[in-house]
Amino acid sequence: MAAASSISRETLTAFLLRLADDHLVLGHRLSEWCGHAPMLEEDLAMPNMALDLIGQARSLYQYAGEVEGKGRDEDQLAYMRREREYVNCLMAERQNGDFAHTMLRQFYFAAFMQPLWQAMMTSTDERLAGIAAKAEKEVAYHIRHAGEWVVRLGDGTEESTRRMKAAVEALAPYVNELFESDEVSRAVAEAGIAPDPTTLRPAFDAIVGPVFAEAGLEWVETPYGQTGGRQGRHGEALGFLLAELQYMQRTYPGMTW
Amino acid sequence: MSARSDKVVTASFSPPAGVQRTGRDQRLGPGGSRQGDEGRACLSDAVQSPSSDPSGHLLPARGEKEESAYRAAAAVVDPEIPAVTIADLGILRGVEMDGDVAVARVTPTYTGCPAVLAIELAVETALREAGFEPRVERVISPAWTTDWITAEGREKLRAYGIAPPAKASNSIRALFGETEVACPRCGSLETARISEFGSTACKALYRCQSCHEPFDYFKCI
Repeated sequence: MAAASSISRETLTAFLLRLADDHLVLGHRLSEWCGHAPMLEEDLAMPNMALDLIGQARSLYQYAGEVEGKGRDEDQLAYMRREREYVNCLMAERQNGDFAHTMLRQFYFAAFMQPLWQAMMTSTDERLAGIAAKAEKEVAYHIRHAGEWVVRLGDGTEESTRRMKAAVEALAPYVNELFESDEVSRAVAEAGIAPDPTTLRPAFDAIVGPVFAEAGLEWVETPYGQTGGRQGRHGEALGFLLAELQYMQRTYPGMTW
Repeated sequence: MSARSDKVVTASFSPPAGVQRTGRDQRLGPGGSRQGDEGRACLSDAVQSPSSDPSGHLLPARGEKEESAYRAAAAVVDPEIPAVTIADLGILRGVEMDGDVAVARVTPTYTGCPAVLAIELAVETALREAGFEPRVERVISPAWTTDWITAEGREKLRAYGIAPPAKASNSIRALFGETEVACPRCGSLETARISEFGSTACKALYRCQSCHEPFDYFKCI
């Protein structure tokens, strides 16, 4: 493949793990709603979206394991890495909060991923281009579903508006981290594998802007941004999430059924 | 990056002509056919006969063995929608002989579709029962689209009570976008979406306002 000549295995693996961790962690968070959603339809919707995210994570982990070349498979990457080895964005690991918070987080992440998948459909890395072509269509549904809830709740009752505004406040410090650039993202961009996240901000704003306008929501500029997820520095929430996610393989290593 | 899973390969063929998204929502105007989907231009039907696999067009002639292996694999039904076969759904991308090994290429509908393993196992079993040494390869590119569901498959879905997907709809890109879905039981276009996501990743839940029956809609992707 063309990509192999211009980027090291380590760099490509690091990039793939960031993407994969985002999807696994957020997919796990969404799956926590199963059986607890405010209505049956959402009890179907959230696990379905979680399934998409975890499916995408699997494709990415499989590929990351092959690129890394140390014999780690998708299960080892998901279940046997420690908290500090996880490189997901901090937004993904945040606790679900209420339904408004969950939907806004989902909407933000989908609005970040859709332009990224779309750009990766023409990646110099054929394998990623294939994964992206499928995922891009799936995430379009997530934008629609979560975006509709942002509008309904933001422009809904006094209570729902209050909650959606609180979600905008709560998530504001976590948005900028999505668009951070570093040596890994720049190397990946130079190799034509994926665009540098900084270039995705206008597309994100173009998705979020009209939805906020329809929902009657104001964008909140945060005085500070939370960061560190890409370097393995996480909030308190991730450890608890991994404890549940990894419990079985930690207790019975190599277990299958 | 020479290392690749032997299960996941990228197919080298191009999608059949006419299966790309058109970017246009092909709605019926008022007074359109009551059958709804029947009235829509059916892109894939124009380029493939109901009984043939889309990728089959790239192979001018199949050998006798290949033909029989293809038939065995094509008869495998979807575990979640047993009314349709994997050939009807367009997820069986082809069967070729590699020496004495019958190689079936299967593509998932959604990346996270939990039925993928069951389908691959069923294909393997079907090929073995037909007397072949089987190998099943998972291909993810080009990405599966509901436009690959054959005309026969669409009719089987309808008869089973699942509204077939709208063709090349771009309405999934629009918030509160309405897709015109005909009730699979009475054909009425007076239907309403209950839930964007249904019993499986590929379906949404609708209700018919005319006959009041709830039904599944196979989402366009």
